[in-house]
Amino acid sequence: MRKPDSILPLVAEGLSFAAGGATILEDISLSIEAGGPTVIIGPNGAGKSVLLRLLHGLLAPSAGTVRDAGRREVPGPAQAMVFQRPVLLRRSALANVLYPLRLAGVPRAEREAKAREALALVGLAQMADRPARQLSGGEQQRLALARAAALGPELLFLDEPCASLDPAATRAVEEIVAALAARGTKIVMTTHDLGQARRLAGEIVFLHRGRIIERGEAPAFFASPATSEAKAFLTGELIW
Amino acid sequence: MALTVRRSIIAAAFALAVAPAVVAQERSITVASTTSTEQSGLFGHILPIFTRETGIAVRVVALGTGQALDVGRRGDADVVFVHDRAAEQRFVAEGFGVERRHVMYNDLVVAGPAADPAAIAGSRDTADALRRVAAAKAPFVSRGDRSGTHAAELRLWQLAGVDPATGRGAWYREVGQGMGPALNTAAAQNAYILADRGTWLSFRNRQDLGIVVERDARLFNQYGVMLVNPQRHGHVKAAEGQRFIDWLVSAAGQRAIADYRIGGEQLFFPNAAQAEPTS
Amino acid sequence: MNDLSAAFGTAVGMIAAGDAALAAIVLLSLRVSFTALAIAALVGLPLGALLAVARFPGRRAIIVALNALMGLPPVVAGLLVYLALSRSGPLGPLGLLFTPSAMIIAQALLITPILAALARQVLETMWEEYEEQLRSFGTGAARAVPTLLWDGRFALLTVLLAGFGRASAEVGAVMIVGGNIEGFTRVMTTAIALETSKGDLPLALALGMILMAIVVTVNALAQGARDTASRWAG
Repeated sequence: MRKPDSILPLVAEGLSFAAGGATILEDISLSIEAGGPTVIIGPNGAGKSVLLRLLHGLLAPSAGTVRDAGRREVPGPAQAMVFQRPVLLRRSALANVLYPLRLAGVPRAEREAKAREALALVGLAQMADRPARQLSGGEQQRLALARAAALGPELLFLDEPCASLDPAATRAVEEIVAALAARGTKIVMTTHDLGQARRLAGEIVFLHRGRIIERGEAPAFFASPATSEAKAFLTGELIW
Repeated sequence: MALTVRRSIIAAAFALAVAPAVVAQERSITVASTTSTEQSGLFGHILPIFTRETGIAVRVVALGTGQALDVGRRGDADVVFVHDRAAEQRFVAEGFGVERRHVMYNDLVVAGPAADPAAIAGSRDTADALRRVAAAKAPFVSRGDRSGTHAAELRLWQLAGVDPATGRGAWYREVGQGMGPALNTAAAQNAYILADRGTWLSFRNRQDLGIVVERDARLFNQYGVMLVNPQRHGHVKAAEGQRFIDWLVSAAGQRAIADYRIGGEQLFFPNAAQAEPTS
Repeated sequence: MNDLSAAFGTAVGMIAAGDAALAAIVLLSLRVSFTALAIAALVGLPLGALLAVARFPGRRAIIVALNALMGLPPVVAGLLVYLALSRSGPLGPLGLLFTPSAMIIAQALLITPILAALARQVLETMWEEYEEQLRSFGTGAARAVPTLLWDGRFALLTVLLAGFGRASAEVGAVMIVGGNIEGFTRVMTTAIALETSKGDLPLALALGMILMAIVVTVNALAQGARDTASRWAG
């Protein structure tokens, strides 16, 4: 199953992160393996977004390490990230997708075809020449997904990708995420939407107050959580 | 598309940047001269005649005499055409100029407010008039800029036996600027001022000022012209510069100078052939 | 008030008459200021972008220096260029003193710090938005500079206009290094200074009005282009 040049598994060991005197993550050890989407859930302030950024390499941990199997530079073209609020370049939709392709050294002749393919994947083929920042919120997030997917990354991080979207747009994004996962892209995402977690997750990582409290296959986790914190969280009690 | 736009912007910027370098090389000389010759309109009258005869364009940088001589010292002009004989002789003696030639003289006037607090209007004795200005502590605006007119003014104070520095900060006001700005200041402050007649005649903002002293032999002011020494500054266009000097002192040049008038008044009196008028 | 209306009448009359000398002065003003702007932009904008993006020792010092240089008195800039270009100065052999090129150099020197400092401010805000995303792409600082310059093009247009305004309004430096030579280095501002010193205040004011009209026109055109284009890019 594992390709020789794969970056998976991505292994975090003893990760801690502190900022401004406050400890946000403490002693996290986690191995991201190929397979169904890993969904990180937990109450607000649990440290979900920070964990994603540490794994992606945008933040440097206060302690601990993140290593990928291929020892590639992090971040790199083998992995990509989509943020809660998409940061789109002030260019056309197509130019937004072309940007990382050019950066990754994809030959000029192949770039546009790849970019248009990615736009088609997210249903934005007709919007290629529209200014990216004039698209609707849902379209913007789909464009961000197309941009992240264009290089065919092995690992894709999604940080609350639907937090600011309406139900229809959320559904569209979820379909794209499921399609990417089906193509073999390893998805690691955070969400505060338990319904979304149920729909997408292969495995669940439950984070609470900077620590991993529980981790397991999604069906088992939702059916019978092992910890009282997870139980309380799933029943909608306010925990902190 | 974005790329082509960017390329054409860069190309346009490049074209603009090199444009000044490809201006046609014409025959021209740079002359450092004074505001009195430029602003009175004399150059506007005589230079086209010279250029028509010789095909040499003359670029005039108009400064105070002191500054104009400095420009010559640094080699930034081919010819210096100014009016402060002592300073010019020093310039030649130090080896910066080749040879000083008499060209013309103009005449200076003392202008003052209509109220005439020093009661000097109509006088022909400049030294006496200045003594009275000092005695009355009437406001007097000085160029204070090492120009030829400033040097002439200081000589006149000396003749009057007055040290104007004693009135500094009170009635004696040095503006450190050209003739025009100094006249503007004098007009605004109702002060007396020594000005060259040419600039005075073409000056439009006189307000209450009028001529109070004129036609005193001591108010004549000699202009000289010098080629910047090509042995000191190798790039000096000696042939063209000498051509200009020769023309200025020639019959044709002298006639052109004499012909220039404002409101019927002759401003500059060619005297290349004769000795400087004694003061 | 009388002076003002007289000046306005003079200005309109000169424009209507299509005065050739005036046209030459206007064209030289535009050529000098736009060329200086182009040179300053080639240096100042990338420098501003680099300061917005990169963190390196001495960065604070450069920013402080640039902000201070924004207040560089034109006369000082003029003197520096004069001394450098004078036949007795280090660049004397080029023979550029008292030419339009010297004026371009002086204005470029004057406005490069302005463009760099303002571009840094504008692009630093954009960088705060872009940083995570670009780092996620693996965009290094060297690559982020052109990205920010292109994406900030509409905001930077305002920066360029500020630079153009300063260059075209400047008189001290171009007077010193250009010499205000009639028909060769006389531009709008030095012509205004000359007419002022000749006491022809209405003519000076008329020239000032024409200069203002040009600057207003350039600004209006640029803002119009910016509004149209930025509505497109969002």
